[in-house]
Amino acid sequence: MRIRPTSTVAAVAALALLTAACGSDDGESALEEATADNPIEITMYYPIAVGGPLQEVVDGLIDDFMAENPEIAVQAVYSGNYDETMVSVQTAVDGGDAPVTSVLLSTEMFQLIDDDMIVPFDDVVTNDDEREWLDSFYDAFMANSRDHEGRTWGIPFQRSTIVQYWNKDLFEEAGLDPDHAPQTWDELVEIAQQVQQETGARWGVQIPSSGFPYWLFQALTTQNDVEIVSADGTEVYFDQPAVVEALEFWLSLSADHGVHPSGIVDWGTTPEDFLQGQTAMIWTTTGNLTNVRDNATFDFGVDMLPEGVRRGSPTGGGNFFLFADASEAEQVAAMRLIRYLTQPEQAAEWGIATGYVAPLPEAWETAAMEEYVSGFPEAAVARDQLDYAVRELSTYARGQIYEILNDALQGAIVGDMTPEEAMRHAQEQADNVLGVYQN
Amino acid sequence: MEREHDSPTATAGRRHPDEVAQHDQPAFAGPRQGPLHHLRRIPNPVFAWLLMVPALVFLGGFTVFPAGSALWNSLQEPGLDGGVGTAYYEQMLGDAVFRRSLINNLLFSFITVPVSIAVAMLMAVLVNRKIRGRGLLRLAYFTPAMLPVVAAAAIWLFFYQPNFGVLNTIARWLGFEGQNWLGSPSTVLPALMVMMIWHQAGFFMLFYLAGLQLIPPELDEASQLEGAGRWYHFRRVTFPLLMPTTLFASIVGLANSFKQVDFIFVMTQGGPNNASNMLLYYIWQTTFPQRRPEYAAAITIVLVLILIVLALIQIRLFERRIHYR
Repeated sequence: MRIRPTSTVAAVAALALLTAACGSDDGESALEEATADNPIEITMYYPIAVGGPLQEVVDGLIDDFMAENPEIAVQAVYSGNYDETMVSVQTAVDGGDAPVTSVLLSTEMFQLIDDDMIVPFDDVVTNDDEREWLDSFYDAFMANSRDHEGRTWGIPFQRSTIVQYWNKDLFEEAGLDPDHAPQTWDELVEIAQQVQQETGARWGVQIPSSGFPYWLFQALTTQNDVEIVSADGTEVYFDQPAVVEALEFWLSLSADHGVHPSGIVDWGTTPEDFLQGQTAMIWTTTGNLTNVRDNATFDFGVDMLPEGVRRGSPTGGGNFFLFADASEAEQVAAMRLIRYLTQPEQAAEWGIATGYVAPLPEAWETAAMEEYVSGFPEAAVARDQLDYAVRELSTYARGQIYEILNDALQGAIVGDMTPEEAMRHAQEQADNVLGVYQN
Repeated sequence: MEREHDSPTATAGRRHPDEVAQHDQPAFAGPRQGPLHHLRRIPNPVFAWLLMVPALVFLGGFTVFPAGSALWNSLQEPGLDGGVGTAYYEQMLGDAVFRRSLINNLLFSFITVPVSIAVAMLMAVLVNRKIRGRGLLRLAYFTPAMLPVVAAAAIWLFFYQPNFGVLNTIARWLGFEGQNWLGSPSTVLPALMVMMIWHQAGFFMLFYLAGLQLIPPELDEASQLEGAGRWYHFRRVTFPLLMPTTLFASIVGLANSFKQVDFIFVMTQGGPNNASNMLLYYIWQTTFPQRRPEYAAAITIVLVLILIVLALIQIRLFERRIHYR
């Protein structure tokens, strides 16, 4: 069962009629007929969520692609942050002017499938080379790119995980080994206590909880060895005892151990807290690596998150999607562009420029990447953590599920509800929303 | 509306002399007929409507049609084969987040608008007197209003920041415990209100300054002759004469307080646990991240109704007490 705006139905229907009227169009042959003088034109939307002059890097990559493929003309449209890009895409699709491809949060997958907005790459690839390409990425990233039936709906492009950053100078001042980050939950509490007592740091550790607390919470649940979402995106498991336990551990950092600020910790200002020495450790995305490296006035380290029952972090970040409203020829052209951008050389260049984790193992074997990592070993931490990474929370009716879980987490953090009440309430609400998707 | 025909002489006068010679026209040609002369046969009322067509097209296309389609969308029943009904309005009744946003919004409006107006009036009266550095003071009061709301929000985000924020730094320096201003439900809404008052009081001050210029100075002299105190003069003369400005400022302020939510995006995203959520932000949340456009349309209709009712009440309330000159 599907709930959707009537206007979309009308727009899609109109487009379908139009496409039908134009006759069946064979992607391959249309693309073969395209020439440099009469190229196939494709539009690509992309967001930028980290700092730096990255538009130039994108333009450079696109120019290289067009030089190699003169029969394809790419118009790359910078479209703000992820939310803004999603809004642009939705509006464009409703208006019958969908882009051919866009980078969007990988977790949008089920919602986009539900809205009939995207097509799987399996339907667009044409030869064995391209089929192999679909299997060339890290499994941890494909967990948010493939559905439970193995169809590939997204191609990993700018992906990340959560890592811990620590201030080596403060550790040394507190009499701790500056090269040793906490490896377990217990150690996290001990080290945080010691560094908070012995130094001027106001807090031992900060785990941000504004905006999208579900993401950081999922690191804790994974470490407590519990899955909160099913592979097909129709079920969530918020009210299991292990999930409640993970939340209780988060709250205990401030309530019992006093090493973490109480109330909501802002995502955006947490790196600044770290840079100013207000907190000795932070949990945040690898995407902040470049920012911290450029602005830290002290020695800092980056390591995998500590383990509870096990190690773990969700992945995050953006995938390429192909839109259903585009013609087959456009889809094939876009697929070639995406394939080009995720070749080892280009993926390495993008990873180095942004701090995102290059999404395929071969990229890490390129000369450029090896040189980068030897000078800056912290960059490889997120890649190594991929062995322990899990699928980021992604469901049908994603926006509603996110709001339900985020509100529950914040409610528990500020003391409106106990962790158990919050999670039970979230589960009930989520079941209500997801009921229509379960068979 | 009267459109006069060009008189022949006037037409001839405007012509280039060479032209007359070239065409060798008789001295008394009929009135010159311009390319639009057929329009003159159109009756005036029709012509008036024609003139309004461009404006009506835009008004219809960008205001009436979207409003109508929002109303229509909000009255759909959920599901593909749903008919027309009030399901989304019923959903709203049971929606705790909607209730919270509505209450937050009403609190926010009914506190920030009167306080901003009072502060603005005070500032205007202060800087309307002949004092040294008057221009500088006016500028200082008005500066916040020149910032975009987003910029103001970004500044205040760092004021309120719990660790290195200005507010907590001062508090600790004075020996108080710092607060997590935006991170706890009891302080987040007041914190946002303070920011909003800071931002808009200067803007309203400008209107009050203009209002004060319109009050005849004789009234001031008369009060002095009669020996009325300053407060008495303000209460009985200045305040009533500023009523039209107050009405204007309160309507604009109230509408703004429902319309402006940019700062929520920057500062709190409606958190913690919707303690700072407001109607328009919730409408955005339901439209885009949650993709429930019909439900969002229903909330929009409610928001518009609230605004209309508030505006009507205000106008009624003030009507009796305003002295338009």
